Formats: sequence, C-alpha cells, structure tokens
Amino acid sequence: MSDPVYQRVRQNPKFQVLVQKRGRLALVLSLIVLVSYYALMMAVAFAPDALRTPIGQGSAISIGFPIAAVIIVISWLLTGVYSYFANGEFEDLNNEIVAESER
Amino acid sequence: MSKAFLGTLAAVLLAAGPALAAGDMGAAAKQAVNPTAIAMFVAFVGLTLGITYWAAKRTRTASDFYTAGGGISGFQNGLAIAGDYMSAATLLGLSSMVYLTGFDGVAYIVSFFVGWPIILFLMAERLRNLGRFTFADIASYRLDQSRVRTFAAMGSLTVVCCYLVVQMVGAGQLIKLLFGLDYAVAVVLVGVLMVIYVTFGGMIATTWVQIIKACLMLGGGLLLLLLVLVQFGFSLESIAAKATAAHKAGVKIMGPGALLADPVSTVSMSLGLVFGTSALPHIMMRFFTVPNAKEARKSVFVASGLIGMFFLVVAILGMAAISIVGTDPKFFEGGVVGGKLMGGNNMPIMHLAQAMGGDLLLGFMSAVAFATILAVVAGLALAGASSIAHDLYARVICKGKATEAQEMRVSKLSSLALGVVGVVLGILFEKQNVAFLVGLTFGIAASANFPVLILSMYWKGLTTRGALWGGLAGLISAVTLVILSKTVWVAVIGYAQPIFPYEHPALFSMSLAFLVTIVVSKLDSSARAKAEIAAYEDQYVRSQTGIGAAAASAH
Repeated sequence: MSDPVYQRVRQNPKFQVLVQKRGRLALVLSLIVLVSYYALMMAVAFAPDALRTPIGQGSAISIGFPIAAVIIVISWLLTGVYSYFANGEFEDLNNEIVAESER
Repeated sequence: MSKAFLGTLAAVLLAAGPALAAGDMGAAAKQAVNPTAIAMFVAFVGLTLGITYWAAKRTRTASDFYTAGGGISGFQNGLAIAGDYMSAATLLGLSSMVYLTGFDGVAYIVSFFVGWPIILFLMAERLRNLGRFTFADIASYRLDQSRVRTFAAMGSLTVVCCYLVVQMVGAGQLIKLLFGLDYAVAVVLVGVLMVIYVTFGGMIATTWVQIIKACLMLGGGLLLLLLVLVQFGFSLESIAAKATAAHKAGVKIMGPGALLADPVSTVSMSLGLVFGTSALPHIMMRFFTVPNAKEARKSVFVASGLIGMFFLVVAILGMAAISIVGTDPKFFEGGVVGGKLMGGNNMPIMHLAQAMGGDLLLGFMSAVAFATILAVVAGLALAGASSIAHDLYARVICKGKATEAQEMRVSKLSSLALGVVGVVLGILFEKQNVAFLVGLTFGIAASANFPVLILSMYWKGLTTRGALWGGLAGLISAVTLVILSKTVWVAVIGYAQPIFPYEHPALFSMSLAFLVTIVVSKLDSSARAKAEIAAYEDQYVRSQTGIGAAAASAH
C-alpha cells in the first residue's frame, strides 16, 4: 500500500546515507547549542559569583556578558554551518535521490 | 520585594512587553500629540497600503493568499521572520529588562535566542516538506483528517485570538502614550489597517509589511547604537562603568541577580518561549512561503543572524540607558531620579531615543513601534483566517470539495471577523490586566500544538487517539495552571496567594502532553492506529526529501 516512489527511495542506499549524515549533523549542532546555553543557565543558578568575575584588571565588564554574546554569535554561526552542508552536499545528494526515484 | 515576586515580574515583563505596558500605562496621562511620530507613521501606512494595492493584483489563488504562492525568497523570508520575532515586546520589554536588571536581562535575551538554531536543525525542513498552508496540514498528515485537523485548527485559533487581544491592548496603550491618540481610536485604526492588509493583499502584502518593518526596526536600533557609541567614545568599558555607577544595585548588575534565582521558573519560561514560539501559527506559516527546503534553511540563517544582532544591540542600548536615562530627572515622574519612569517601565528605549536624537528620533522610534504592532497583528489575522478557511471550512466541513473561490471568500470573511473580534475585545479589555493572555498564548502553543506537531514529524508510533488525548491534556493543564497562577488567581480573581507558583506552565503542561500522547498512542491497538503507524514510512521519506511536496504546493 506504500507509494512505489517512496518505496524506491527507501531502498536507495543514498537515502540512508543522507538521512544518517544530515540527522547526525543536526543532532550534534543542537547539542552544542543546548549544552552551552544550559551550562550558562546552570552557572547563573549555581555559580553566580564566577560570572561576576571582571574580564580584566579593574574592568567594569564581568565575564558573563562576553559569554552571553558568544553563545548568541556561535549559535548563529552554527545555523550557517548547517545551511552550508544541508544546502550544498546534502542538497546535491537529495537531488540525486529525487532524480533516481523518478526512473 | 521578594525574589519570587521579582521572578514573576520579570516573566511578565519579558513575555509581555505590550501587555505589561497595558497595566503600567493605564494610569499614565495621554501624551501631547507628537507631529514627527504621526508624519512618519502616516508615511509608513501610505507605503504599506500602496504595497497592498500592488499585492492585491497578484493575489489570485488560495496559494497566493496563504503563502504568496511560495514565491518569497529565502532572504526576504528571513527578514520577514525576523520581523515577526522582533515584536514590540522585544524592543520595549527586553531593553527595559536590561535597563532594570543588567546581566539578568542579558541572560533572558540569550534564552529568547537559542530557540532559533534548534528550529532550523530539527524543524524547518520537515515543516517545509510536509506542510502546505497551515501547521494542521502536518499534524493531520497521516492521522484522522477531520478530528486531528479540527483540534489543531482550534488550537491555532485560540492562540491567535489570545495573542491578538494582547497586541490590541498593547497597541492602544502604546499609541495613546506615544502619539497622543485616544485608546479606542488607536485600536480601531489598528484593526482596520490589519483587515485591509490581509483581505486585499494576503500573504504577499503581509510579508512586505513585515520586511519593511524589520528594516525600519534594525535601522532605528543601529542608528541609536551609533549615537550611543559616539557618546561613550566607542568604549563598552565606559558604558559598563557608568552603568554600575548610576544603577542603584551598583556592581551587582554585572552578575546574576534575583530574577534568575529560581531555576524551575526560568526553565519553565524558557521552554514555553522556545517551543511556544516555534509552534505559533503565524511563525510556522512563514516556512510555507518559500519555494523549497533549501530556501527555508536560508531564511532561518538570515533570520537568526538579524535577530541575534538586534538582541545584542538591544542589550548594549539597555546598558547605556542605565546611565543616560536613569540619571536624568526629565524622564522621571515629578523629576525624582530613581522614582517612577515616565510612561512606565517599558519606556527606557524611547527615553533613550529622545535623549540621543530629540523629538525627531523619538518620533521615528514611536512610528517603528506602531508599525511593529501592525505587522504582527496582520500575520496573526492571516494565520487565523487560514485556520478557519483552509482547515475548518475547506477540509473539515466541505471535505476538500470547496472551490478555490469559495475558500478565498471564506478566508477574507474570516479575517474581517477576526478584525472585529480583535477590536471589540481590545476595547473591552482596555482596563484589564492581560498578562494572563500571554501565559495562555505561549502555554497553549507549547503544550497543545507543539507536542502533536513534533511527534507527528519524528515519532512513528503517534496515533490519532494519542494526538487528541495528549493535545487535550496539554490544553487543559496549560489553561488550568494559568488560572491557578498569579496572573489570574491573584491579579484577576483577587486571592492573596497563587496556587501554582510560576507564571509559565510549559515545564509541567508540555511534559504532561508528551507523556499522555505517548502512553495513549502505545495503548492504541486499533486497526486505524496500525494504518497510521504504517503510513509514517512514506511521510518520513517525504519529510526528508521533499518528494511530493512540490506537487502539493503546485495544486
């Protein structure tokens, strides 16, 4: 009862490669973002003094600010990493799979 | 002030810039008419109406109406998503959080941001590959069309209506304060413009309103940042040093304070915001306006870059406002520095604009705030209209037999009806504290819509019965917990102590929804359930490759 096109795609080894590679990338990147974010929140809850350390001798800025900014910037860069691979290598692979499914 | 109170205060402030403004500004006197603000706002309205006229000629099919025919580019859509996310609550609420609490505000800003990458990694391409017009398309993809779709559509509509009322009340208060217009006049004006954008211009007009507004907001923010940096000799060190000297908490603002003392409250709020945001119907709809998954990914990259940049700008502006606004008697009622801020606690960035660029910049920022509200309500009305016309009318009532012309007519009537509902409720709720509606909006989105959506995409074992029971459990628990929380139990009903101690129910109601969905699905051994589980395989292939999606959106 499954659509024959979808059945063909499932049997295509390239489909398994695509799903595995892209899924792993998405998982690893999500973990980097979530772990760094929740590390910050845990530091806020359990080690607030560490975040109050000045960034340099006599500086008014505490280390918490650059850390927060870095989490935002890195999370954004990771969306770039994901888009780079997903829109390049994986998209090509996907197009091959789609083309092969139509034969 | 107790820590718990501060915590809840922060939660309200955060989620509900405009909503809090409602409570806060209710008593505030009407401002004198600001001619610059009005001139700039009239220019914005003129431009957007022109675009609506242009878009109306290009809106012929249902697909044009709901999703601009899938013809929005990734970059344009990224700008529009950023516009959707950078609401008045972000501009006013987050900057005032930083102004009031320093580092705590910055930590909240991070909480608001981290949802974006997660949406891209886990949801964006599956959403694009499976959906056509609404999120109910995805939730009901392999489940019972009429029941699951009806439930998903009702969930969307509830979220849309709650959020619409919040925005309307916020708009009325903000406009009264910034422009010196009457509350009722402001609400009617917002309602009328919203209906015009949506009924005539559909998604094309709504997207362009959103794009223009995003550019104005980013431009305004960056201009303000430049003026501030010039003032402080381009030294962040000097901003921080002056802020610690000016703030009554002194050097404490550089580290975590009372607002984040309760991890449960923080986590519940961040779950609600992150996953609630990703399940807001008007945000999800944006993924259907691009032609394919590739453009969908590009749009999240662009959107998160702009949102991240804007959030960092807001953080710096908030810190700068501590020493500029916080020490100037003209921004305080009665000229008492450290007393009540003119116009309420959401005003620091507006005062900062006036301090840096006089009435001209204040007028510009006021016009941006109004434009923001207009753009958000237009997106909401469109999402609501598509739930009524596409899900309920065309799919459930007519079982897919309605003609495109009939569906379009129903969607236009629905947006008109939503406009009337928004205006009437907006006026009725003028003097009410609408903070609870924000809790409801995000609570229902995160607890009733999100679990069903994510499980339908990721979990093979989901069945109709599981989705309905789980969604219902999330809905009921979210509503109940909001009623038992401070925003309703204390602020509306008038008891001294809330039964549920947190503002945001998501940690509890969302977990319950997931649990019930999974358990009921597992116990479901009906023939229908087996067919639904078997259908996952094909759905999975389509969600990964997009095969079949292009055909669906071409129809």
